Amino acid sequence: MTISSRHILNTALLVFLGLIPFITDWMGDSFYTGLVARILILAIAALSLNLLIGYGGMVSFGHAAYIGVGAYCVGIGAFHAFEDGIDWMLNGYVQLSAALLGSALIALIIGAISLRTRGVYFIMITMAFSQMLYFSAVGVETYGADDGLTIYLRSDMLGLIDLNDEKSLYYLIFASLLVVLYLMHRLVESPFGNVIRGTRSNEARMRAIGFSPYKYRLTAFVIAGTIAGYAGFLMANLNDFVSPDMMHWTRSGDLIIMIVLGGMASLFGPLYGALAFLMLEELLSSIPLTIGGLHVGEYWQLIFGPLLILIVLFARNGIDSFLPQPRKSS
Amino acid sequence: MTANDILIVENLVKRYDGLLATDELSLTVREGELHAIIGPNGAGKTTLIKQLTGEIPSDGGKIIFNGRNLRRHSEPKRSHLGLARSFQITSLFQNFTVLENIRLAVQAHSGHSFQFWKKVDENKKLNEPAHKILQELELEEQANTPVYSLSHGAQRQLEIAIALATKPKMLLLDEPMAGMSGEDSERLIERLAALKSRYSILLIEHDMDAVFSLADRISVLVYGRAIATGTPDEIRDNEEVRQAYLGEES
Repeated sequence: MTISSRHILNTALLVFLGLIPFITDWMGDSFYTGLVARILILAIAALSLNLLIGYGGMVSFGHAAYIGVGAYCVGIGAFHAFEDGIDWMLNGYVQLSAALLGSALIALIIGAISLRTRGVYFIMITMAFSQMLYFSAVGVETYGADDGLTIYLRSDMLGLIDLNDEKSLYYLIFASLLVVLYLMHRLVESPFGNVIRGTRSNEARMRAIGFSPYKYRLTAFVIAGTIAGYAGFLMANLNDFVSPDMMHWTRSGDLIIMIVLGGMASLFGPLYGALAFLMLEELLSSIPLTIGGLHVGEYWQLIFGPLLILIVLFARNGIDSFLPQPRKSS
Repeated sequence: MTANDILIVENLVKRYDGLLATDELSLTVREGELHAIIGPNGAGKTTLIKQLTGEIPSDGGKIIFNGRNLRRHSEPKRSHLGLARSFQITSLFQNFTVLENIRLAVQAHSGHSFQFWKKVDENKKLNEPAHKILQELELEEQANTPVYSLSHGAQRQLEIAIALATKPKMLLLDEPMAGMSGEDSERLIERLAALKSRYSILLIEHDMDAVFSLADRISVLVYGRAIATGTPDEIRDNEEVRQAYLGEES
């Protein structure tokens, strides 16, 4: 394998992200560590969704639901540990297992039903399921209903890593991103990944040559959901807060926008997309301009929308199109 | 009906909103035979192929392949029993390379694909058989060319290559020469002649030169029924066939 300028760019980005806590220390403003950590978590979720959308052609419009499931596993555990003194529920490994198994199980159920449909129906049904989870969370008074749940105690990782230390938490998130990137890299080039990509390309032919795509697509759906659940576990610990809003369909839409913005058919696309999306949000919403008594920053989406349309119109594969191209794309 | 019939179709029916696309159709293909099906447009030739592969369900009748009733077998299952098809309208993995297209078909017949780690590029069990087929169909030079930038003739070749990669017992070829230049179709006729000895073939084709030079037997399909079956000579001399079909062309 030759080292292309694409590799250098991606590596430079990762090195930069790895240095963020020190850079913000030096700048004397740790706010940005938190912001970048949030971006990386959403990038992990977007990467997992890209397995479905970019490689599998399954436009799941409810991916934020799994983030919510993972996050609530932390929130509920912390709640009972804090309110009722049930210590084992603060155990990070218990919470993590619950987050992974819970999101996997829910993805299995939602996927098993949704994957029997195609196209717009698939989009609608995955969105409907995620809204069901959203309203379920809104309905549970014990856990704060639509006000959400403040987490007073972060997951206890039994001394292996201290999540209360912002740097440690950042590096856990950063390392997780690296692992997920490598996992996706292996996955899409494996026999399994070939089936997923082949089914997106030509499902009729896949069946004709002897594949039954359903079980492979369902497996991909569960893998993606589980990774998103893991992102939720991280998110809850970073924000010290969970709420139904994390599962709202607009959050799922944000993830799709990140993928479209960054470039669907590429490994790093969702990372670039998540970075661009949240930086633009931060940047545009702090525009210090007032027109006729209205703060332009409050209506940042008015600027972001047209920008997104321009990118979709002029760059077929989002930000990825502007980066040096690898030898082939498929 | 004899013991060495690899495919037996009995009273097969397909109805589309009152239109009988396949009307109590019966025919047999012998082991190692090239059986051609001709007939005017709309005679139900492609419908027949779709019923045989299981892409669409039948409304009646029986399909027996290699001694097995296919009624309960899904399309992928039939591929694993050894039934392979090529498509009339080219149906490939457009953004995959030629090698990747063939390799995917090899993969479909090399056990399950719940393998998440090892790269396909480095998998000898998939690449070696794929390269063998590339060689056989003289597609080696284009191995790493994406399908969308392939010539029409090469795409038609690849159609057949993919079918062969599934290690079939029988090939269902749906107008393999569609849209080919004269030179390309002559090469394909030679190729099919060579394949004939190794596979049983059901060939649908409009190119009469190809059909009459390749076929052991020919069935003539009109309005979903086989009005005649016989050797090329018998079909040429059949009065009913001349009227229904050949007459228009000769």
